[in-house]
Amino acid sequence: MEAGESLLFLLRERVGLPGSKNACEQGECGSCTVYLDGTPVCACLVAAGQAQGCEVVTVEGLADGDELHPVQEAFVEAGAVQCGFCTPGLLVAVHDLLARCDDPDEPQIREALAGNLCRCTGYEKIFDAVRLAAGRSR
Amino acid sequence: MTMTQPLTADGVGASARRPDADAKVRGDFAYSSDLWHDAMAWGATVRSPHPHARVVSVDASAALALPGVHAGLTAADVPGVNRYGLEKRDQPVLAEDVVRYVGEPVAVVAADTPELARRAAGLVEVAYEPLPALTDPERALESPALHEGGNLVRHLRIRRGALARADVVVTGEYEVGMQDQAFLGPESCLAVPAEEGVELYCSTQWLHIDQDQLAGCLALPKEHVRLTLSGVGGAFGGREDLSVQAHACLLALRLGRPVKMSYGREESFAGHVHRHPARMRYEHGATRDGRLLYVKADILLDGGAYASTSAAVTGNAACFATGPYEVPAVEIDCRSVYTNNPPAGAMRGFGAVQVCFGHESQMDKLAAALGMDPVELRLRNAVSTGSTMATGQRVEGPAPVAELLRRVADRPLPPPAADDPRLLPGGTSNSTRADRLVRGVGYGLSVKNICKSAGYDDYGTARVRLFAHEGEAVAEVHTAAAEVGQGLVTVQAQIARTELEVARVTILPADTEVGDAGTSSASRQTWMSGGAVRAACLAVRARLLERAAALLGEPAGALTIGGGAVTSSARSITLAELLAEGDVDETAVFRHRFTEALDPETGQGDAHVAYAFAAHRAVVDVDPELGSVRVVEIACAQDVGRAINPVAVEGQMHGGIAQGLGLAVMEEIRLRDGRILNPSFTDYLIPTTMDMPPTVLDILELPRPDSPYGLTGVGEPPLLSAPAAIAAAIRDAVGPAAAAALDRIPMTPEAVATAVLDA
Repeated sequence: MEAGESLLFLLRERVGLPGSKNACEQGECGSCTVYLDGTPVCACLVAAGQAQGCEVVTVEGLADGDELHPVQEAFVEAGAVQCGFCTPGLLVAVHDLLARCDDPDEPQIREALAGNLCRCTGYEKIFDAVRLAAGRSR
Repeated sequence: MTMTQPLTADGVGASARRPDADAKVRGDFAYSSDLWHDAMAWGATVRSPHPHARVVSVDASAALALPGVHAGLTAADVPGVNRYGLEKRDQPVLAEDVVRYVGEPVAVVAADTPELARRAAGLVEVAYEPLPALTDPERALESPALHEGGNLVRHLRIRRGALARADVVVTGEYEVGMQDQAFLGPESCLAVPAEEGVELYCSTQWLHIDQDQLAGCLALPKEHVRLTLSGVGGAFGGREDLSVQAHACLLALRLGRPVKMSYGREESFAGHVHRHPARMRYEHGATRDGRLLYVKADILLDGGAYASTSAAVTGNAACFATGPYEVPAVEIDCRSVYTNNPPAGAMRGFGAVQVCFGHESQMDKLAAALGMDPVELRLRNAVSTGSTMATGQRVEGPAPVAELLRRVADRPLPPPAADDPRLLPGGTSNSTRADRLVRGVGYGLSVKNICKSAGYDDYGTARVRLFAHEGEAVAEVHTAAAEVGQGLVTVQAQIARTELEVARVTILPADTEVGDAGTSSASRQTWMSGGAVRAACLAVRARLLERAAALLGEPAGALTIGGGAVTSSARSITLAELLAEGDVDETAVFRHRFTEALDPETGQGDAHVAYAFAAHRAVVDVDPELGSVRVVEIACAQDVGRAINPVAVEGQMHGGIAQGLGLAVMEEIRLRDGRILNPSFTDYLIPTTMDMPPTVLDILELPRPDSPYGLTGVGEPPLLSAPAAIAAAIRDAVGPAAAAALDRIPMTPEAVATAVLDA
């Protein structure tokens, strides 16, 4: 590991977990959102060394084996996935939102996902997916 | 034609599940930036810091002295022709004696790690002798030539009818800033040297045109440059031109080792073309009762340093300069020019977006001058089937322009803003209150060509193989068509299910081992590659029936395929049994109807395959003092012919509207002396969840007579008139005095506040 390396680089290039994405690498797009000790962070803004001893959960860790997590399944069913580059970060952000609040209203959903850019969907189907997943988990 | 009903589950017309979705939500889908080879080196690019300069010398010795740095290549190392380009090969793979824009590649290096490669790139010493930079497109034609043949890329004139004296004349000048495609997946690829030539895994919109250009640059026969599409993180036109492809291949072939390249966001802004900035002067003449008599338009597009697709964008801007209206007389001049700004090329809407802001601004201005409702004025002049466009081409097929506009106009308006800062201009920065806002409503109508135009021999190729696996028939579909997020893989599978009535379909990765599919742009790929898949399926079906006819001893015409079997009046044989004697494997090429080039003097001709139309209504709230804008709602009505996958169609509409909103109020690449001032998502803003309002979609399905299943392209229309409608709504909110100064998009808070203050 080199000094100054980000957690994102560590995950993608050294650990072989490229699911977290590298769209802006300055914390604007949220494509690299991962859980760090249970808190969603932009992995590009965390120095790899800061993650020493922490539990990191990436998009690769959401599904239960062959079974998709309900949030993942909802994204697929609702048509919230187009190019899919923003999807890994959004899945972690939505996973976190629904863990905190099982019935978010639309302004809450919009606010919770304001740090995740998507260039394909205009977000509507992502909101549908959040509502679908929330409805199923209640 | 007879419509194929969705007899099979998840066939044509169903919102079928994306075949790539599971991998995408698991984080397992390999985008080009995720590619990995154990032996790979990393490439990095040395770019010009000058908009225009002579390259005196390039010295990579300091870079090569670093342990772990293996190559430093310049123009002299390009084995073939050091030029590429989509329409005109005028762009060097690596600069020779001159650089023409900030960010132009001058050298490439390869090293063991990405960090080392970046450091090595920084150590390459390039001596430049700066030259005067041409950054104002208005001065291009009088400035020293940046390319042999001068600074005019293309001038298209359209002349039709005689300009009559009009009761009412309105003029206007409008400007559109430079928009970025801002796809999230950075330019990246992996080039692997092969026994013969090179194998390239990359994200692109058109594998075969990449192959063609690369073969020329690398001095290899085309068949020795094999491309496979990797995961594409969005495209929107920005992946039509080469970026990393040639550089990675050069390095890999030189080192005899796989080479990966991947841009960061800042480099991505330099690494692809952008939407053409436009300056437009318009004059509309009409009768007192609101009938258009003529339109004059003079349009200037800044093509930047290299040609890319400027000529075709010029064609589109000219062809659609008058919008979806009947205009008896037109006088249109559209020019694209070379400058020392970053190259401009394809972006969703391709010239039709810029002029839509122009013609729709004019329609509103004309309505105001006539004292007429802007919806009524548009309805009065809207084209319909049988109308004649500015180029003299008759509109064939459905053209429900008036209907689309009525549908958005007749919708109830959203309620006034609630006093929740999240829903107000400025958002949670809490800078305004509901009682300080003014509301506006605006409309936009648009038209664009679907598929390639002007005589281009456009086609798609598909190979479909039907085979038996574990007692079941499986269809395998192979094309070179680029899945860029739009859902083409889903559509291909749906078509195969419908035509072959099989449940199991496999879509092979797109590569150059199968024939050309053409580009995933011009809203053409479902039409063209969808058409090719359908044609290949029909060929497979015919072969199956022949086989069954021989076995059953009945004429093929008496047999039907369904439920995994071929059935005659008396007997039935399963597809798996039929396939026991061998796979059925068919390749088909699909072409749309012939188009003609435009007359060089008059711009007249049947240049387009089809026209698509959309209507938008935007509702905005504006704080007039701060100039801050919140788009409250956008309604969009669009005729899609036939929705092959309704959820995917809605996704295209939502996404197109979002990019239109971005162009309307926030997105612009800002340049100073040819340098991009905001090459990051911190400074180049694209709409977030807080910026996007609820969008209301109205999808018409009026089948076309000339396309597979009656479909038409859906990718671009939902963007086209979104910016114009939002701009109109802002003008409506601030009132006519301030509106007159709002002639440029994006309409920034500064522009809005200044217009209000000066009014």
